[in-house]
Amino acid sequence: MSRELFKFKGGVHPPEHKSESNTRPIALAPIPNFLVIPVRQHIGNPAKPLVHVGQSVLKGQMIAAADGYISAAVHAPTSGVISNIDLQPVPHVSGLPDLCITLVTDGLEQWIDHGPIDYQALSPAALRMQLRDMGLAGLGGAVFPSAVKLDPGAAHTCPTLIINGGECEPWITCDEMLMRERADDILQGVAVMRHLLGSTEVLVGIEDNKPEALAAMQAAAAQLDFVVEIVAVPAIYPGGGAKQLIQTLTGHEVPSGKLSTDIGIQVFNVGTAYALARAVHHGEPLISRLVTVTGHVLRPQNLEVLIGTPMHTLITHAGDRDGTTGVLMGGPMMGMPMPDLKVPVVKATNCILVKSSELFPTLPKALPCIRCTRCADVCPAELQPQELFRFAKAGDFGRAQEYHLFDCIECGCCSYVCPSHIPLVDFYRYAKSEIWANEKEKRAADLARERHEFRQFRLEREKKEKAEKLAAKTQAKRAELTTAPAGGAVASEADAKKALIAAALARAQAKKVEATPKNTDSLSAETQREIEEIEARRAKIRELAHQPLETEEKLK
Amino acid sequence: MLTAILVMVSIAVVIGLALGWSAIKLKVEGNPLAEKIDAILPQTQCGQCGFPGCKPYANAIAKGEADINQCPPGGEDGVKKLAELLGVEAKPLDETHGTPKPKSVAFIDEKICIGCTLCIQACPVDAIAGAAKQMHTIIAAECTGCELCLPPCPVDCITMEPIIEDLPHWKWKHPVINLKRVA
Repeated sequence: MSRELFKFKGGVHPPEHKSESNTRPIALAPIPNFLVIPVRQHIGNPAKPLVHVGQSVLKGQMIAAADGYISAAVHAPTSGVISNIDLQPVPHVSGLPDLCITLVTDGLEQWIDHGPIDYQALSPAALRMQLRDMGLAGLGGAVFPSAVKLDPGAAHTCPTLIINGGECEPWITCDEMLMRERADDILQGVAVMRHLLGSTEVLVGIEDNKPEALAAMQAAAAQLDFVVEIVAVPAIYPGGGAKQLIQTLTGHEVPSGKLSTDIGIQVFNVGTAYALARAVHHGEPLISRLVTVTGHVLRPQNLEVLIGTPMHTLITHAGDRDGTTGVLMGGPMMGMPMPDLKVPVVKATNCILVKSSELFPTLPKALPCIRCTRCADVCPAELQPQELFRFAKAGDFGRAQEYHLFDCIECGCCSYVCPSHIPLVDFYRYAKSEIWANEKEKRAADLARERHEFRQFRLEREKKEKAEKLAAKTQAKRAELTTAPAGGAVASEADAKKALIAAALARAQAKKVEATPKNTDSLSAETQREIEEIEARRAKIRELAHQPLETEEKLK
Repeated sequence: MLTAILVMVSIAVVIGLALGWSAIKLKVEGNPLAEKIDAILPQTQCGQCGFPGCKPYANAIAKGEADINQCPPGGEDGVKKLAELLGVEAKPLDETHGTPKPKSVAFIDEKICIGCTLCIQACPVDAIAGAAKQMHTIIAAECTGCELCLPPCPVDCITMEPIIEDLPHWKWKHPVINLKRVA
């Protein structure tokens, strides 16, 4: 490889722990009795359920449709019957439930009609919509809908396409095993990406601690009709981060607050490329993915798992052991602790890492920051983590933003090297979510202010319009009446007023006549008789009421 | 002597003209302080402060006619921010104007609603959709939770539902670091 590589600042070398899981070939995970499929698996709007409880679905059938541009559809991973559409625990650090579709599997694996898409015949926009409806989302971890990323936008082309096979996070080997076993499919997906983005340069970055993956990809790339450069990049965490990989391969830095597409580069994970190939060349929506099940299990390995499979099924399959202290979704650096093992595998699940006290000893209690700036030395985003920590802890979010908090990629290098064992990334996540919440509140307040002001304006306008209408009406009437007397005599103001009053009285009289009840017009003989009886009674009462008066008068 | 006086007078005239011109041309529309105060207020438009909306309260604070601790939806945080802006001492909320409550939105029980439009007329942000003798409903995204629709309802079909914490509303908590106790 003659390509000149660049170095990004910082980074760490945690123990790799890859050999535990990359010695066994990819195996199929068992199909559980039921799958729990969340409708919110991607960034953007959650998908809208299309099925009802009791409905039979086929494998690959869309069960929830994409809602809006930044969204992705959700499909039935196997055939069966929908048993529930309700709130279920999902793989989220909060432990809060979310809307899920539960599918009782029938074990028949009956596919819905599907076939390859002739992607070159379709317009790019139509193809992107189809990919959105096939549920494609980035499988590297951020799960951003791929259809949106495959839109080069106003620039019309994206000159450089980078395929991320870095997989720098310790323990995880699902991308490595995918490259080793399914390199051809990955590169077929890359061809579709290249077609959509109009890229002229295609680079695949793979860390040099994966020689088998590099060899497999190089062999597959040699058979393509376009040039794909397979580049070995030095293994350093977080070298597989999108921004870091861009810097290593091209020397370009993504400017703060901008996207890589702004400098003409788009990055996709190898898993996404594979899923895209399955979608385009086989018509299979995203219903399964590779998951590394590793850590404190008997047989750490990579499994091809249906979306919605409960995590405990996979841990049992890999051989659970005593002394488990917790489970992470993802690796040890960026992974999230799972609140419950019933939670399903989602599109974002690349690894299930079972912890034990030997593999992951509990950290000693955090000590105060001594401002050693080791965190600043390793920060790949070139931030000042110790300052960000100080501001986040004090709730001074404005200052944290001035120190570019939002450039933090939450890679965890700072927490890893911190001699005081401060959970620094947790502070940054806290600060970010507070800032987002404040911004949301501010937007809501602005909306309320705008609506209130418009309401005041509307009430004022209505009042004015009413007054104007009334004035115009009076004016017209007055003019009509003052010109009416044919004698031509100059009507005085008082006369006009009198005439107005007379006219109003006449109108009222006319209305009264009009308003007499009309329900006595056509009555049956019986009702008429009843009315007459009542009238007679009334007359009698009236008479009786008058009598005492007469007697009183007589007494006088 | 005369030259000195002439020089001084001409300088005064020039500066006076410049000041006069800038007073007219560079005049700031509205009250910038009231606007800054209004930006801090939560825009609930609930009137608990005793003024008909957040803007009038902001104007009153700017003129010094109202205290800064009369806004329960803003809470202690709001008082702190106002105190910081105005350079005065923060003080506890005035309980006579109400106490802070968890953020909530109004909810109309459609089985009971008779379609009288009284709540629509009371809503300060037009967040209720409906018409006479038609079902009314709250546009939840635009409801500020001011509770002004509750008293006019003749059938008491409106309730305040606190906003529950779900995934879109979830926030990372402040991490707890157990510092080592010395002594």
